[in-house]
Amino acid sequence: ELIPSVMEFPRFNQEKRVVMEKCGRIDPEDIYDYIAESGYSSLVKALQLKPEEIIREVQESGLRGRGGAGFPTGRKWELARQARGENKIIICNADEGDPGAYMDRTILESNPHQVLEGMILCAYAVGAGNATVYVRAEYPLAVKTVTRAIQQAKELRLLGKGILGTDFDLEINVFRGSGAFVCGEETALIQSIEGHRGTPQHRPPYPVERGLRGQPTVINNVKTLASVPQILNHGAAWYRSIGTESSPGTAIFSVVGSVVHPGLVEIPMGVTLRTLIFDICGGIPNKKKFKAVQIGGPSGGCLPADFLDTPIDFDSLTEAGAMMGSGGMVVMDEDSCVVDVSRYFLDFTQKESCGKCTFCRVGTYHLLSILERLTKGEGKEGDLEQLENLSLDIKNGSLCGLGKTAPNPVLTSLRYFRDEYEAHVSEKRCPGK
Amino acid sequence: MNMKPKETDWNQLFSIIEKHKHEKWGLIPLLQDIQESFGYIPPDSIEPVAQALNMFPSQVQGVITFYAGFTLKPRGKYVIRCCRGTACHVKGSRSILRLMKKELGLEEGETSEDYQFTLETVACLGACFLAPTMMVNRDYFGKLSPTKVNSVLSQYKKSEKC
Ligand SMILES: NC(=O)C1=CN([C@@H]2O[C@H](COP(=O)(O)OP(=O)(O)OC[C@H]3O[C@@H](n4cnc5c(N)ncnc54)[C@H](O)[C@@H]3O)[C@@H](O)[C@H]2O)C=CC1
Ligand SMILES: Cc1cc2nc3c(=O)[nH]c(=O)nc-3n(C[C@H](O)[C@H](O)[C@H](O)COP(=O)(O)O)c2cc1C
Ligand code: SF4
Ligand code: FES
Repeated sequence: ELIPSVMEFPRFNQEKRVVMEKCGRIDPEDIYDYIAESGYSSLVKALQLKPEEIIREVQESGLRGRGGAGFPTGRKWELARQARGENKIIICNADEGDPGAYMDRTILESNPHQVLEGMILCAYAVGAGNATVYVRAEYPLAVKTVTRAIQQAKELRLLGKGILGTDFDLEINVFRGSGAFVCGEETALIQSIEGHRGTPQHRPPYPVERGLRGQPTVINNVKTLASVPQILNHGAAWYRSIGTESSPGTAIFSVVGSVVHPGLVEIPMGVTLRTLIFDICGGIPNKKKFKAVQIGGPSGGCLPADFLDTPIDFDSLTEAGAMMGSGGMVVMDEDSCVVDVSRYFLDFTQKESCGKCTFCRVGTYHLLSILERLTKGEGKEGDLEQLENLSLDIKNGSLCGLGKTAPNPVLTSLRYFRDEYEAHVSEKRCPGK
Repeated sequence: MNMKPKETDWNQLFSIIEKHKHEKWGLIPLLQDIQESFGYIPPDSIEPVAQALNMFPSQVQGVITFYAGFTLKPRGKYVIRCCRGTACHVKGSRSILRLMKKELGLEEGETSEDYQFTLETVACLGACFLAPTMMVNRDYFGKLSPTKVNSVLSQYKKSEKC
């Protein structure tokens, strides 16, 4: 009686596993394990439906892109279906560039078939015959697991010519990245598959109209694709019953920093930051006080304690100044320095800028050097104004999301922790330490 | 023991080129193959690669320098990667890196003169729950402390002496 059951721990009763339901419960190297857990049953069902019916189901589910921007997946698929082209292509974006997030890797390594099933469903729905999984260079195990999974699916005729006896054909191959963050951006990703430097291109045309080899191309994140088999299995209404009205389904976060239980968490959208940080992740260790949470990786923002009751969903986070982004979440306690965390992210984006736009290339360099001076206690009068002006210029003068979002960590922390920045300038020290 | 890389094995190089020559957009997989087989991309392979794919050498060079995964310089027997991702940063990876630099006498991206060690940083090793982390060739080490870094490094230094 005195021993609480597992379900009494917030970690277990608040989590809701949709994308990662089978992760850790099946052998990723054995396709039959996945099949025994009703894997590939959505595909069997879907092949008896018209492609339009699948797209409608995905649209009704309200699924939004988990690559960070939250674009409606059903809409993307419909646009691709309507686009003209003989050889449409599906790409699974597993470049996962955010330094500190590893959910796509976890999914690919622990349940690759759910992602493949999502890709097959997508290909059937939009009418594509070729697909590619674009995997980040640093993930050799994911490459191995996915390659083996493709082979197994082929042997069971779930891939290849005449899938499950129908006249639907699909080949999936794996492309490895070569270590450039910007290649996670969809147009840069296409450039790099084509053998070029990974520089982002102007949109429109969006990839759904003209993508790889000039063909209509659907690019979706790993988690987006892995959600689809679940949606088709349980129905759009079931999916909508999880999460919020405008952001149905679950979100996966990699919570790191000052929390008792860091790690991957899958929660229904709409759970508040407070629940996630204090209940599920066990709060701040060593009796320290919560100071801030940085959400969304290098393109995200930094929120103070006043925002702890913000629900986690695409729109609320954007409204607060952060963003869903990649799902990276860094919790900071009273000892940490928000200026240093901004400096850290700027250092990252500055190195990863592809150099095409002057504002992104040179502007981030200047931003970084100001932040470096601040953290060294060499701040000057006027630095903060310059940070703000430069940030806005970079946002306006950049072609792709990297440049457009790079100043976010600086702008949000400057908005919510201006006094700390000021202390760095006037007192030449960090009030956090 | 001096591990200076051997002369480029042209036969091996040409068989790699032959393998990818007819693939459309084979450049990046080809370069990955060379990088993995040789540990780097020998600069004198740029010409033949360009020729085989009907490209300008400058284009090939441009691609090689763009991606962090390609290097034109040979690397050491042990490639030490210090994770500088967010999770590791907030757990103090900056001072871990500083310690490694001092212990190895190398800056980021440098290789020791005897080609034993190369020191690199990476954006995330995908093992954030073990932060701070490092990798030596294919082995991961997590929850690093200065003592642990010293013991890992001395393990590799020692394995050379005997
Ligand atoms: N997962 C990760 O590791 C990272 C994710 N990100 C996220 O990436 C996001 C930015 O990515 P972008 O692709 O620039 O976002 P975006 O909002 O421009 O596009 C999102 C998706 O919707 C499609 N789309 C948008 N408008 C369309 C239209 N009118 N017609 C057809 N398709 C349309 C795009 O092709 C794209 O696939 C940010 O939200 C950021 O958080 C950034 C860095 C790393
Ligand atoms: C700099 C940059 C890096 C990106 N990195 C990734 C990434 O690693 N993984 C990802 O799925 N999307 C990434 N994106 C977003 C993609 O461009 C694209 O929006 C996404 O893959 C679409 O998939 P979704 O509709 O399923 O979200 C990145 C965008 C930018 C601007
Ligand atoms: S904004 Fe930056 S990363 Fe994006 S295209 Fe311009 S220079 Fe390249
Ligand atoms: S940040 Fe170091 S392993 Fe992810």
